[in-house]
Amino acid sequence: MDFRDTPDEAAFRTELRAWLRSNLPGELRGHVGGAARFDGDALREWSRLLGEAGYAGLTWPEEYGGGGKPYTYQAIFFEEAGRAEAPPHVGVIGLGMAGPTIMAHGTPEQKARHLHRILSAEEIWCQGFSEPAAGSDLAGVRTSARLDGDRFVVDGQKVWSSFAHLADFCILLARSDPASERHAGLTYLIVDMHAPGVEVRPLRQITGEAEFNEIFLDGAEVPVENVLGEIGGGWQVAMTTLLHERGTLGFALTAQLEVAVRKLLELARERGADPIQRDALAREWIELQGLRVTAYRSLSALMKTGIPGPEGSILKLRWSEANQRLTALALELLGPRAALAAGSAPHDGYWQHQQLRSRGNTIEAGTSEILRNIVAERVLGLPRSR
Amino acid sequence: MDLSFTPEQEELRAQARSFLSETPEPTWAQLSELGWTGVSVPEELGGAGLGFVEQGILHEETGRALVHTPFWSTLGVALVALPPAEQARVASGEASWALALGDLVPDLDTVTNVAVVRGDGVHELVGFERELLETTDGTRPLGRIVGGETGALLAGTDVLPAVRMRSLASLALEACGVGHHALELAIAFVSEREQFGRRIGSYQAVAHPLADAYMGLELARSLALWAAWCIAAGDEQAPVAAAAAKAQAAEAAVFACERSIQAHGGIGFTWEHPLHRYYKRALWIQSWEASGAELRAEVAASLFGGEGA
Repeated sequence: MDFRDTPDEAAFRTELRAWLRSNLPGELRGHVGGAARFDGDALREWSRLLGEAGYAGLTWPEEYGGGGKPYTYQAIFFEEAGRAEAPPHVGVIGLGMAGPTIMAHGTPEQKARHLHRILSAEEIWCQGFSEPAAGSDLAGVRTSARLDGDRFVVDGQKVWSSFAHLADFCILLARSDPASERHAGLTYLIVDMHAPGVEVRPLRQITGEAEFNEIFLDGAEVPVENVLGEIGGGWQVAMTTLLHERGTLGFALTAQLEVAVRKLLELARERGADPIQRDALAREWIELQGLRVTAYRSLSALMKTGIPGPEGSILKLRWSEANQRLTALALELLGPRAALAAGSAPHDGYWQHQQLRSRGNTIEAGTSEILRNIVAERVLGLPRSR
Repeated sequence: MDLSFTPEQEELRAQARSFLSETPEPTWAQLSELGWTGVSVPEELGGAGLGFVEQGILHEETGRALVHTPFWSTLGVALVALPPAEQARVASGEASWALALGDLVPDLDTVTNVAVVRGDGVHELVGFERELLETTDGTRPLGRIVGGETGALLAGTDVLPAVRMRSLASLALEACGVGHHALELAIAFVSEREQFGRRIGSYQAVAHPLADAYMGLELARSLALWAAWCIAAGDEQAPVAAAAAKAQAAEAAVFACERSIQAHGGIGFTWEHPLHRYYKRALWIQSWEASGAELRAEVAASLFGGEGA
């Protein structure tokens, strides 16, 4: 057991910090609006820089253009990029979800076509899983994919799709067997977002920004060679994607929380904090340290097994709840000024924005209710609830 | 960085768990034969020469088994204040120690020796009487010392910060063991017990609080292992890590016990069920040394650069 970086890890961290200092554009630093804040060009350029410097796909095998590094390097990257308040790579869905799924289930042609272009940020990806009637219960997917010769014709609606307004491709789960129910009869498709019949509409959220999108599919044609895995075997492929979604994500979340705690401390120093607020602040600092070490522990397990464990669910759930408490505490420190917004508010409305945004944290990427089910059933081994 | 345990550490835990399940009421001599009383005592003094992480594994396991020995008082608290000759007597099983830091002293029913803080030193106390008090947790009774004279100097008071952080970290690890065991009892129960034609663990109103208890304990375990590692490695964050770990772990253990009692229903509220003994140890740990609020005030002071409230 050793909490310190190895000499190689320390060297990588030092080099990365220096690189971020000289390459992260000032206007991209400390953003509050997620992907929606930027036009595609600024994010693409930032992502291209990351790719060029070798920081995209750090853990991907070298044969696919990745860094071939152990997971600790990805964790260090998330930590340092988070601390530097760098925006995410525009291809975060390609790198973290589509890419690993293509590596696991893709044909040689699919691998050759997409993996390098995901790394270089030439291809931006989005995810088309959730639907208006299929949220937590993903097996309720209704979007239909009808086989017609050598192509599928896709009709339906997807929702909560980040980056869809910038994306070139979508990993999409659709029902290819109209007679099927639940987990059977689903097919996992790679959809060209520029194809006719694909329309993206932004969804304005409670922060006022549009970070997510709806995707409308109206007779969109998808060639059969764009099926990932087997026709009708989409559920198994989708599970690979979701496993990777929460893989090393814990480090990115912990780093974000570290920045938020640091800023909250600055706010508390600036505005004063009573003993009860100091107690609450200490509680969140302790929670942060607990999450940080839990992320390291789950990483050590991942290094041994190669498969992300269910610990990712713990990190995501506790992080989201901590972020909600912490941002609420910030508003309390602001007093009546908490009601101000944007330019009229202290710190340009940073805390007001963060507090509203935090309400999405317990919903996106697995609601807290679903994550508690996962912990109860897969970690504690309790009888299934349904 | 690598937070996995070494094979030797895993083996120590496995050995401890299997021994304590076969021998729920071990004697001090048995713990000495196993090498536990000298786990972190240097080899030249007859110990195993291991570090605080290995010792911490034993605190977690003895907590889990609710062992009634002075292991925590001696190893977790007093050891770092003992001179080499006394450490050797601890390793060999001849001596066990309590360090009296207030009027209430733990493990007075079992320890062979008592140390007190007098002036600028930690001294042995000689010629004293023991008054045992009724204690909620019968496996860790508190007592008072009556009379006695200051004996040999054991250490300077400059050792007290190290005593405190070891005490907090070892209590945190014990709490993790206590809480995890209480949670395991709940998991076993709700996986069998049926009401309304279903196993009650399938109801989310039952399952989710247990998931919360588990997550609280896992975070506590992370903090406790961090504190143990900081102490073993001489890391400067050791004092704040130990305070954070004890605050979180005591609360998580109490929460796990309370959720477990609730999940058991009426049987969990009875004297015959073992659960209340775990609950009482968790409450004992929460009450000892410093409350969660006091520890968080220390953490806050370190975050605010030591300035007052």
